Amino acid sequence: MLKLSRWLAPSLLAGMVAGSAILPAIAADEEIKRGGTLFYHMVSEQRVLNPALRASNGVYEITGKIVEPLIDRTYDGYVGVLATEWSGTDDGKEITFKLREGVKWHDGKPFTCDDVSFTAMNFWKELLNYSSTLQANLEAVDCPDPHTAVFRYSRPMPLNLLVAAMPDLGHPLPKHLYEGTDLLQNPYNAAPVGTGPFKFVEYVRGQYVIAERNEDYWRGEEYPYLDRIVWRFITDRSAAAAALEAGEIQESGFNGISMADIARLSEDPRFDVGTKGYENNVAHSTIEFNHRNKALADVRVRRAIHHALDIDRAIETIMRGYAKPGRGPIPSAGGDNYTDDVRTYEYDPEKAKALLDEAGYKPDANGVRLRLRHRPAPWGEYTQLWAEYFAQSMREIGIEVTLLTNDAPGFLNGVYRDHDFDTANGWHQFRADPAVSTMVWLRSGAPVGTPWSNQFGYENPELDKMIDDAASELDPAKRAERYHEIQKLAMEELPVIFAIEHPFISVTSKTLKNHHNTPRWNSSSAYDLWMDQ
Amino acid sequence: MSMLNYMLRRLVQAIPVMLIIMVGTFLLLKLAPGDTVDALVGDMGGADPRFIERLRAEYGLDQPVLMQLWIYMTKLARFDFGWSFVHEQPVMTVLMDRLGTTLLLMISSLFFAVSIGSLLGAIAARKAYSLTDNIISTLGLVFYAMPSFFLGLMMIVLFSVKLGWLPVGGIQTIPSFYEGWDYVKDVALHLIMPTASLSLIYLALYMRLMRTSVLEVADLDYVRTARAKGAGEWRLMVHHIMRNALLPVVTLLGVQFSTILGGSVVVETVFSLPGLGELAYKAVIQRDMNMLMGIIFLSSIVVIVVNFLIDLLYARLDSRIELT
Repeated sequence: MLKLSRWLAPSLLAGMVAGSAILPAIAADEEIKRGGTLFYHMVSEQRVLNPALRASNGVYEITGKIVEPLIDRTYDGYVGVLATEWSGTDDGKEITFKLREGVKWHDGKPFTCDDVSFTAMNFWKELLNYSSTLQANLEAVDCPDPHTAVFRYSRPMPLNLLVAAMPDLGHPLPKHLYEGTDLLQNPYNAAPVGTGPFKFVEYVRGQYVIAERNEDYWRGEEYPYLDRIVWRFITDRSAAAAALEAGEIQESGFNGISMADIARLSEDPRFDVGTKGYENNVAHSTIEFNHRNKALADVRVRRAIHHALDIDRAIETIMRGYAKPGRGPIPSAGGDNYTDDVRTYEYDPEKAKALLDEAGYKPDANGVRLRLRHRPAPWGEYTQLWAEYFAQSMREIGIEVTLLTNDAPGFLNGVYRDHDFDTANGWHQFRADPAVSTMVWLRSGAPVGTPWSNQFGYENPELDKMIDDAASELDPAKRAERYHEIQKLAMEELPVIFAIEHPFISVTSKTLKNHHNTPRWNSSSAYDLWMDQ
Repeated sequence: MSMLNYMLRRLVQAIPVMLIIMVGTFLLLKLAPGDTVDALVGDMGGADPRFIERLRAEYGLDQPVLMQLWIYMTKLARFDFGWSFVHEQPVMTVLMDRLGTTLLLMISSLFFAVSIGSLLGAIAARKAYSLTDNIISTLGLVFYAMPSFFLGLMMIVLFSVKLGWLPVGGIQTIPSFYEGWDYVKDVALHLIMPTASLSLIYLALYMRLMRTSVLEVADLDYVRTARAKGAGEWRLMVHHIMRNALLPVVTLLGVQFSTILGGSVVVETVFSLPGLGELAYKAVIQRDMNMLMGIIFLSSIVVIVVNFLIDLLYARLDSRIELT
């Protein structure tokens, strides 16, 4: 349990900061140094550098420093970046953003509502993954003046849902560089022009991206503190750990190196290692059931499986303490929408066996009650080890699990299109609001083949209705209550086991100051980051 | 004239070989579950069905497989490698970008392996069963048994992390503004560890082969004759023994030129070198068909050309061999 404090410390600190703005006071003790180049590790390469075309952490880690969103999330809540204030009408069909004045794109042209309107209608509504669902009912974005954008919806859009989505899904692009071009083939998709603290310089595929200080940044001429950022693509995780130790890179985020190296470097005084700065990027390690399998359609069997999983032990061994037990589709980082007042399933193999007996799955001559074919997702170390842990735990209660190891395309087709599995496990991200993230796991009716959706054959009309109602509920308090109900039902029924919630982990050189001071730090702009060297 | 004929015939023979390779690979790749859109979506961490459908139509993946094959082959006949949807660039551009690094790595590794390997092998053979021989042979065994990724990582730990002498990875210092000799020096520094870790396995092979071969040749009649005629030890070694002992080494060189591309996958990944091997590996994972086919096309050409050159070299080394 000792290591669980690693989780608690940052969230405690986060609470203190939110309450009394302690962080700037700490930073002020040290004299800020200007200049320097940050070398930033990227474990995978997305090739697209346009956050309005591709919603993905690997894109934000780079473009977050170059292209800014309307709103960002800080430990003090949601604050305006390119927007200064926002409000909604009572019927929920109009949301108005006031835009920041005097902001210029990196090519010198002014940022106006036309850019927001163009990007919203052509990218956010049409092309951007996740966002096209969120903005499906967006009818138009009006520009009564150059610094006011009015979003009009055909069905009510909760203001707090849109605001929560904006840090990830609300990056405007310069209209003058995109209008009239083939949006997907536009060269600026790999050479971004934004309003952020750093200007794009060069992208050499397979090697690096370079951005340099924006001398004309709207936050004032003292920002940003750094001269340059270089993102280096190093796919071999051991080599990346060595590069950190050799001082060739200063930051590796989103579990970019192996857990063994993370554990080792957490003892090294040269590095800060932790989950702080990922409160907006919490993921679940899951167990997913194919409800078309008669045995798994029985809730007693699903509960038995949950009782057979020693979650605390998995957290200690696989996540090395950087995680905590899941409480349904909404993680504890989910704010008001989260509740821990739900049914839980303690580790108890005897109870699990009794439940299986009750459901009629008695051991055969070999002591086997059930045989399951399990597909582990190939999303890295956690998913692979968690699958092995699952198989091992099931053996204890007489369920024989065969692991069908596959690569990404094989997994996505096997589970989401062909439904060729009994159980599967993955790693799924919660993105600030349940309506744009985890509800897709429970809502039935997604077309066959849709990755990351309920392809489990689980249909519950009552739950579907609850999900739809919550998504269009405008009153934040009532909305939270509806999500509590959904969470309770999900823990009761266990259509999917949201077994463990874990933020990502960063390894950061202590020469960096002001790092991880927002809940989505690796995805945001680093305008106040400086280096002590 | 017969030389020209020979070259022409080899060229004509190469065409069906290439055709079989290309069609075979294409169909084999289509057997793998999922396509590039699945892989892209996997990388992105999710997308909605409309988005996926649109991508698939755009990439031509909604066509039947044989149709896709036909489209690809007709393009290839015009030396058009197509567009890589993963890199958002023409395949040819990416390949040409990467080819240099890989060729540099392959050639320097092979050169190092063959020259040092042969030399050590020859020394070991001349001092057969002595302490020197035992040391060299044991070292060879160790190198041969050591996986290149492990060797690479261990070198990184020693030379980069502990000693700080060499850069961890990459092909050049970034951002560097080196020009001329400074640039060459910078690249050479970055290539030391990759070359060493890729070549040591091969070095061990050449060493063992050379040792056996020299031992065998050294007992032959013409060597004894040469010695009887008063040839010095050095001349005997270089002129009479080495030249004949090199034949099997050259054979192996031809074979290994193609396998070293496979070895470069691992080394390029460990040292984050932007080369063909790493590109090929990623292309498989991402189901980037056009890219992978382009790489296979390019490497089969390289292998065919190298085999041809090796045959020429044979004739040069041993005039009993005729090119017919």
